[in-house]
Amino acid sequence: MSRRIFLVAAAVFAAMLGASGGVRAAEPMKVAASFSILGDMLKQVGGDRVQVFTFVGPNGDAHIYEPTPADAKELSESKILFINGLGLEGWMTRLEKSSGFKGTVVTASKGIIPHKMVEDEKTITDPHAWQSLANGKIYVANIRDALIAADPDGKASYEANAQKFLDGIAEMETTVKEAIAKLPPERRKIITTHDAFGYFGAAYGMEFIAPESVSTESEASAKDVAKIITQIKKEKIPAVFLENVTDSRLLDQISKETGAKIGGTLFSDALSPPDGPAGTYLDMFRNNIATLSEALSS
Amino acid sequence: MIHALVDPFVDFAFMRRALVGCFALSLGAPPVGVFLVLRRLSLMGDAMSHAILPGAAIGFLVAGLSVPAMSLGGFIAGIAVVLLAGFVTRSTILREDASLAAFYLVSLALGVLIVSVKGSSIDLLHVLFGTVLALDDTALFLIAAIATLTMLTLAVIYRPLVLECFDPSFLDSVSRLSSPTHFLFLVLVVLNLVGGFQALGTLMVVGIMLLPAITARFWAQDISNMIIVAVAAAFAASFVGLLLSYYLNLPTGPAIILTSGAGYIVSMLIGVQGGLLWQLMPRKHLEA
Repeated sequence: MSRRIFLVAAAVFAAMLGASGGVRAAEPMKVAASFSILGDMLKQVGGDRVQVFTFVGPNGDAHIYEPTPADAKELSESKILFINGLGLEGWMTRLEKSSGFKGTVVTASKGIIPHKMVEDEKTITDPHAWQSLANGKIYVANIRDALIAADPDGKASYEANAQKFLDGIAEMETTVKEAIAKLPPERRKIITTHDAFGYFGAAYGMEFIAPESVSTESEASAKDVAKIITQIKKEKIPAVFLENVTDSRLLDQISKETGAKIGGTLFSDALSPPDGPAGTYLDMFRNNIATLSEALSS
Repeated sequence: MIHALVDPFVDFAFMRRALVGCFALSLGAPPVGVFLVLRRLSLMGDAMSHAILPGAAIGFLVAGLSVPAMSLGGFIAGIAVVLLAGFVTRSTILREDASLAAFYLVSLALGVLIVSVKGSSIDLLHVLFGTVLALDDTALFLIAAIATLTMLTLAVIYRPLVLECFDPSFLDSVSRLSSPTHFLFLVLVVLNLVGGFQALGTLMVVGIMLLPAITARFWAQDISNMIIVAVAAAFAASFVGLLLSYYLNLPTGPAIILTSGAGYIVSMLIGVQGGLLWQLMPRKHLEA
């Protein structure tokens, strides 16, 4: 009797050991992404094999962010940190040092051709490279390679996921190009709150004008606002668009003064929450292009 | 020349709105500032501007970018701090400045906490810095209503308020109006800060309240003249600041406050009431 119990106990114990061992083998690799768009890409490519922590969440502004101790803790436990680079996450260098992060830092935008813009006689690099789907492909490739380097066992899975994602991006690229080709050329010019669509404009042939510069940190001067209003009136710009990460009051005012209608909200620097209209990278494009088409085609 | 001064306002509605908003603020806030200066409570304006932060933040969290919600929240928070500080002052050994400092610091920390818990959304920081160039109708009406209310209230409590500036214990001994007057006055301080923060942000709004008042001290001796000079100085700072922002491409709020600051420096040097330059000149001896 007692022997039987012992055997059962041993079997149970062994099963538990096996189970826990099994869990350990499949335990996802912890990785961190600086902001929601990068976080989504990471989830798409990494799949079940990674656990993604995102610093700046949905509708958050990655230009300015104050990290919390919880962020530092998550970062120190992560194996890889993915950042956009190009000067987007100024706050990250400090966090990296203070958290004692020992993993690898991967700049997802590595290899893209940076878009420079001249502003107040200074040349600034525009960090919003993900707004071009061609760059998005480079981001995905960089993420895939970094994940494979850190977790060679998952190579097949990462490659399959990345391929699926790349196909989705290619498909979206066609959709976007078709949608913009349908817009009358003189209406492919719009106003947004901050300069976040430089890459989008260059890739798909649209012009975006914004009162705030490439970062949301600067406050607009009366001169900037006056310049934009004059421009809207002179060039008959049909619509102004709000963004999910910035203060809309100034654009409301500009729209009232010029008669340019408010075309809706574009997602520029952050995704919406998962249940919103732009919960993933591809949904963001789907939503933005639908908003643009609707406002500009009529 | 005239064109350079007037054209921006003729051509652009947002410049007119900004000017109207600033003028309305300039009618209410500087007179309040004059009394703050005379009662040696200048720094209290600063403290109160921090105290309204959590209220505005909660208003924002509840209703988004809504002028009434944030103003109401800020007003409630400001009044709560005033009442609590007053209560502690009357009931314990603490002086008013000490109890006010304690409450405003708590309030400020609470505000920062609420801002951070909301997460990374930057909207709120923008809100706290204000946008003179984006004053909508609601904001303009609010500022104008507060300016009107301020002037009417000041007219009603003018006498006891002046008395209290110079001899609070006398007022206390001859009248029961001392503490109601004081409280009403603090309400005005909070109201004007709440009205101004839509335009200039919680930190800069103290500038339009106090800098013109301090400037006025160098030009006038009695209170009514000081108020007139302060309002005029605030008008001038608003006008010049907006033009500077227009022509030199400067952010508008800081441009207005810095213009006001420049006015203060100049007045400190050449003001007829104790300006530095006058003090340097040899004075005539009294002659019989």
